[in-house]
Amino acid sequence: MQVAITVNGQTYERDVEPRLLLVHFLREVLDLTGTKVGCDTSQCGSCTVHLDGVALKSCTMLAVQADGREVTTIEGLAQNGELHPMQESFWEHHGLQCGFCTPGMIMASTAFLQQNAEPTEAEIRHNLEGNICRCTGYQNIVRAVQAAANGGDG
Amino acid sequence: MWPKSFDYIRVNSVEEAITQLNKHEDAKLLAGGHSLLPAMKLRLAEPALLVDIAPLGLTQVSDRGHGWSIGAMATHAHIAANANGALAQAAAGIGDQQVRNFGTIGGNIAHADPASDPPAVLVALGAKIYIRGSGGERNVAAEDFFIDLFTTDLLSDEIITSIYIPRKEGHTNAYAKMAHPASRYALVGVAVDICTQEGHCREVRIGVTGATTHAVRASGAEAVLQGAEINDGNIAQACEAIQADIADQLLGDAAYPEDYRQAMAGVFLGRAIRAATA
Repeated sequence: MQVAITVNGQTYERDVEPRLLLVHFLREVLDLTGTKVGCDTSQCGSCTVHLDGVALKSCTMLAVQADGREVTTIEGLAQNGELHPMQESFWEHHGLQCGFCTPGMIMASTAFLQQNAEPTEAEIRHNLEGNICRCTGYQNIVRAVQAAANGGDG
Repeated sequence: MWPKSFDYIRVNSVEEAITQLNKHEDAKLLAGGHSLLPAMKLRLAEPALLVDIAPLGLTQVSDRGHGWSIGAMATHAHIAANANGALAQAAAGIGDQQVRNFGTIGGNIAHADPASDPPAVLVALGAKIYIRGSGGERNVAAEDFFIDLFTTDLLSDEIITSIYIPRKEGHTNAYAKMAHPASRYALVGVAVDICTQEGHCREVRIGVTGATTHAVRASGAEAVLQGAEINDGNIAQACEAIQADIADQLLGDAAYPEDYRQAMAGVFLGRAIRAATA
């Protein structure tokens, strides 16, 4: 089936099998491998991207469902060589060790801050329930999101 | 994981969706896909055709005065933000942010996962499920809609269009849930809708999920509370009664066996009653 999906501002027209998952469209068709496949069962959140500005687990949507819609991946956050403030904050606050969950953590957090610009720590933790990290124990991830919400201080 | 190959079409009207369901025996409707796609990836479901109903809209949550009408394709996130009471509470606790953004209430109840939250709430609130199919339109009470494990009253050529929740003056409600630590699905979830006057229960409905094969009403526990004073003794009695109510329909696994969930249904009924009458 022919689809036209806009990813990070650029529209890609491709012929895809209906069963192709969005995450595989991103990784294997477009070579955007920043988005990870972790559990592949809608739980770990490492495949999180934005669909029309809303956080989505891209292992749980077909590419054909994204036809005509806009996807943002981790590769689309930095602008003109400048990291997104959330990326800066993860760097600054050591919000990662191995980095595998990081794209998903950052995409989930940036979408969340769009809805709630000044979240409490509890709200940040609640909204990261769908993202699993096996390294850091979450403390620095939460700190990084909090700092990004506070404009980088924290 | 890749689902088995299937055909895919997108439809623009409810009529078109019904026609497709009628034409193809092995077709499934695709709304948010957040129950269906995981099942397909595990090859627990292998439909030959997916009928994508995204263009239908059906996402409105509207106050009709005498009650609320919830479009079948309203997402959990939308319901959490736009409904109130137990329904909003349950919606806000489903899965996680990403799942709530795309999972729909119609898809959720059509799938009828035994550990799903909304079914218990819909049973307690006396909701009606509005359905259209080749035979026309009909509605069915939530308590009659859920029949068994992943089994509902919905026929193969039918589509859920909306859910109606009657407004009941003087009623309050709450949902109390013991969430699975990893999946956030309900190990036990109890919804209570209650009307009290001078500390006594005038009317009550109780719905249970998680501990049972499908969402059920706990009529024994309701009977204990009906007309009774809301106090610790009567709540304790209702918590005993709910365990008898669900005794024949229990569900369990190695980590959370049947008798444990049965006991927890009592505990969480107590919490739901206290939250609803606080």
